[in-house]
Amino acid sequence: MKLPSFAYACPATLSEAVALLAAHDGEAKPLAGGQSLMPMMAFRVALPSLLVDLRKIPDLKQIQISDDGVRLGSMVRWRDIEDDVHLAKAHPLLIAAIAHVAHYQIRNRGTVGGSVAHADPAAEMPGVAIACEAEITAVGKGGNRIIKAADFFLGALTTALEPDEIITEIRLPPWPAGRRFAFQEFAQRRGDFAMSGVALYYDPDADGRVGNAHVGVIGVADRPQRLATVEAILNGRTISDATLAAAAEAASAAVDPHDDIHASAAYRRSLTGTLVERALRSAAG
Amino acid sequence: MSIQFEVNGKVVSIAVEPRMTLADCLRHELGLTGTHVGCEHGVCGACTVLVNGDAVRSCLMLAVQAEGSKVVTVEGLSNDQELTALQTSFRKHHALQCGFCTPGMITTAHALLTEEPDCDADRVREVLAGNICRCTGYISIVEAVLDARSAYKKSDGNRP
Repeated sequence: MKLPSFAYACPATLSEAVALLAAHDGEAKPLAGGQSLMPMMAFRVALPSLLVDLRKIPDLKQIQISDDGVRLGSMVRWRDIEDDVHLAKAHPLLIAAIAHVAHYQIRNRGTVGGSVAHADPAAEMPGVAIACEAEITAVGKGGNRIIKAADFFLGALTTALEPDEIITEIRLPPWPAGRRFAFQEFAQRRGDFAMSGVALYYDPDADGRVGNAHVGVIGVADRPQRLATVEAILNGRTISDATLAAAAEAASAAVDPHDDIHASAAYRRSLTGTLVERALRSAAG
Repeated sequence: MSIQFEVNGKVVSIAVEPRMTLADCLRHELGLTGTHVGCEHGVCGACTVLVNGDAVRSCLMLAVQAEGSKVVTVEGLSNDQELTALQTSFRKHHALQCGFCTPGMITTAHALLTEEPDCDADRVREVLAGNICRCTGYISIVEAVLDARSAYKKSDGNRP
């Protein structure tokens, strides 16, 4: 469908953008790549009176890698992450996960900040943020704040952002050498929404015992989530067939997906166990 | 709003409503009807154009966002008289039937081959997964794209 009518602004600074959002009392929306917002408007799911385009605002397109981890500016595109030669070492789980994000053309426009703000339950970037205990920085009329990923995603398409707030960065903690990781998802067509997906990592000790296990899942609840019971099973154990089976069973039991037109709840539950098993096998190498 | 951008090498200045997509601007305001509009919500790929060299869905971009950009449509990827290497390959392999998806296939394949002239069949399939064709079954399209690679490897090739 054609888009509904709206006003458009393209401010040159963050403070102007925040002022525009604040002045419209929740009726205005920031526009990043538009790859989720524009379909939502075409379907009349979103009806903003004003779009505040962020494309001219400097500094939101930077990728910074340091001892503190990886900082992705909110306007960094999937394509920019793919093209960055340092990220494969600085955050290999991010690279593995975003390989599944959408299709070629969308990857040239879609942004990390847009994905996180959109908060689709099946989206990869929110899953990585939850699994990695990322922080999301935002600026609004009340100033800057840092929101933990665990406090950010409140439900399907719902976040802790205030209407006048704009995401500025996604901060991923440092990635130690020797960390094991994997990302697995299943979708009917590459680039489509995940029926279930798993992002996990752990830090093995000298004897190969799992420590610091982090297991995140997408597509099986109203928001991305960590599976604490699976992490508890993994910590302190070596990766064996018995460990894999126990982890898969715990993962299937831990999630509570809904039926929809694409798959039944039982299928998604079973799939999540299978993907956890595959991810652990792949991570162990 | 008044905007200025480049389309197929020509600078255009035009007044558009903010809600007009780049796809509709190209078709209705500029008469470039080679860009096809299928789904209007970013799943079919028929409206793919190149913006500053990147393949993008023109139904998911506002015309006002193209301000200052260089846009190339499927019209910009053809010669007046002879078929280009990519067009020749599509013809040779019967990579189209009804032709509705073809502009999006051509623009997407051109962007891919320009950036990755050594891509393999898996990569072609992965990229074309974003373009829906309901006639051909894709095999002939993938073959056409693979066969056109050689033209993109030569720096002085006959690509547009």
